[in-house]
Amino acid sequence: MNNRVCITGLGAWSCLGNNLDDVKNSLYTGKSGIGIDPEREGWGYRSKLTGIVSKPELKGLLDRRARIGLSEEAEYAYMATIEALKNAGMDIDWIEKNEVGILYGNDSSAKAVSQAIDTIRLKHDTTLLGSGSIFQSMNCTVTMNLSTILKLKGINFTVSAACASGSHAIGLGYLMIKWGLQKQIICGGAQEVNPYAFGSFDGLSAFSIRENEPAKASRPFDRDRDGLVPSGGAATVILESYESAIQRGANIIAEVVGYGFSSNGDHISNSNVDGQVRSLDMALQDAKVKASEIDYINAHATSTQGGDFTEAQAIDQVFAGCNTLVSSTKSMTGHECWMAGASEIVYSTLMMQNDFVAPNINFENPDESSAKLNIATKTIDKNIDMFLSNSFGFGGTNSTLIIKKYK
Amino acid sequence: MTELEIKEKINEFLIAEFEVEAEKIVPGANLRETLDLDSLDYVDLVVIIEDKFGFKVIAEDFINISTFQDFYDYVNGKVLAKESTN
Repeated sequence: MNNRVCITGLGAWSCLGNNLDDVKNSLYTGKSGIGIDPEREGWGYRSKLTGIVSKPELKGLLDRRARIGLSEEAEYAYMATIEALKNAGMDIDWIEKNEVGILYGNDSSAKAVSQAIDTIRLKHDTTLLGSGSIFQSMNCTVTMNLSTILKLKGINFTVSAACASGSHAIGLGYLMIKWGLQKQIICGGAQEVNPYAFGSFDGLSAFSIRENEPAKASRPFDRDRDGLVPSGGAATVILESYESAIQRGANIIAEVVGYGFSSNGDHISNSNVDGQVRSLDMALQDAKVKASEIDYINAHATSTQGGDFTEAQAIDQVFAGCNTLVSSTKSMTGHECWMAGASEIVYSTLMMQNDFVAPNINFENPDESSAKLNIATKTIDKNIDMFLSNSFGFGGTNSTLIIKKYK
Repeated sequence: MTELEIKEKINEFLIAEFEVEAEKIVPGANLRETLDLDSLDYVDLVVIIEDKFGFKVIAEDFINISTFQDFYDYVNGKVLAKESTN
């Protein structure tokens, strides 16, 4: 079976905004969502820089039982998902009568786990954790909670693949619909934003320490980058078979046409050109398109020296001579980690819907590798018919998605 | 802590944490049905009581608590026992 796979809904809760309109405006104006979390100083962090993500107010939206099982990242995911479902025109009654699935990227729930252990150590009594702790603490906290709240009856699991989690979740959803196993799947990625979550990453000296200029700290591909800025939130993409979308009279936004993946088989944290090239090539082959047909590349580039250097080489190898526009929206958002692969599909699809390429802010001087790319330093008003989005993670997991405008 | 203070404190957290409407809290009403409690909710009641009154409820104690008045009496008895040992 080879079903067409459509995107019929989008939703986002990020440091660029808490709804699609605000996020689109931030992308268009090149607004940074980066700031300082003073609490991290007391925790012994090397860098206090972070994406500033607001906490949703769920009282009034969800009852107590639903709320207490939600971890921080699951709260973000809930907000992004109700926006995406509204966007897709799917209400709870329709969902309950159909076999809607969920595949969501998430790879930690550090705050919930840490706070539970702190309580056990303090009280020496596990009952005093309360009933919500277990549902907040598991990696599948997002899918476990949302499938219950939304009464989902289709596929239901979490994808943990480091910083490619959200991208693989969409890729797997795409395959399931393409192969006729499911008709509608809620896909996405979520990332907690708190000191519990990022201490070990900060410990690797991977974060930018440009604290005097938060908005300039994340500078993917720029020669003077000094590390990434951790960030998070959640982003949701509603995937649906073409037949289902037409039958419902849904507004089809775009189509997922290619998914490529690979494993580097190499270092646990260093990236690898060969692995990335294989992921890019596989996505292009799956989409049955030439590199020259891609109008825009949303790069994974996180603002680390090694990662950006490698990706620029991989893109140059696959897109040699195409002069394709490239930008990393992480220049504005920071690195949204488990969420990034999904949020960057939302961001790029918003660009596609509104005919612009968001800038790679803070790109002032290229290095030897990024000099070979056509990096958008300012917002470019341009029609996008097809874009490619890269996501790469620790352990050498690579994922590439290709999205085409629906016509 | 007086009996009235205990009652008010209980009603306060039931309204805030369990989102029950104040007018539904009457001494003779059934606690489980009014609060729509399931087995998970009882765990949260244990946590809140420990936090507000400083003693740990044994799960089996809930067997004999049927109405709000039973609940007030139970907490009152435990608080008095705790105060008399201090």
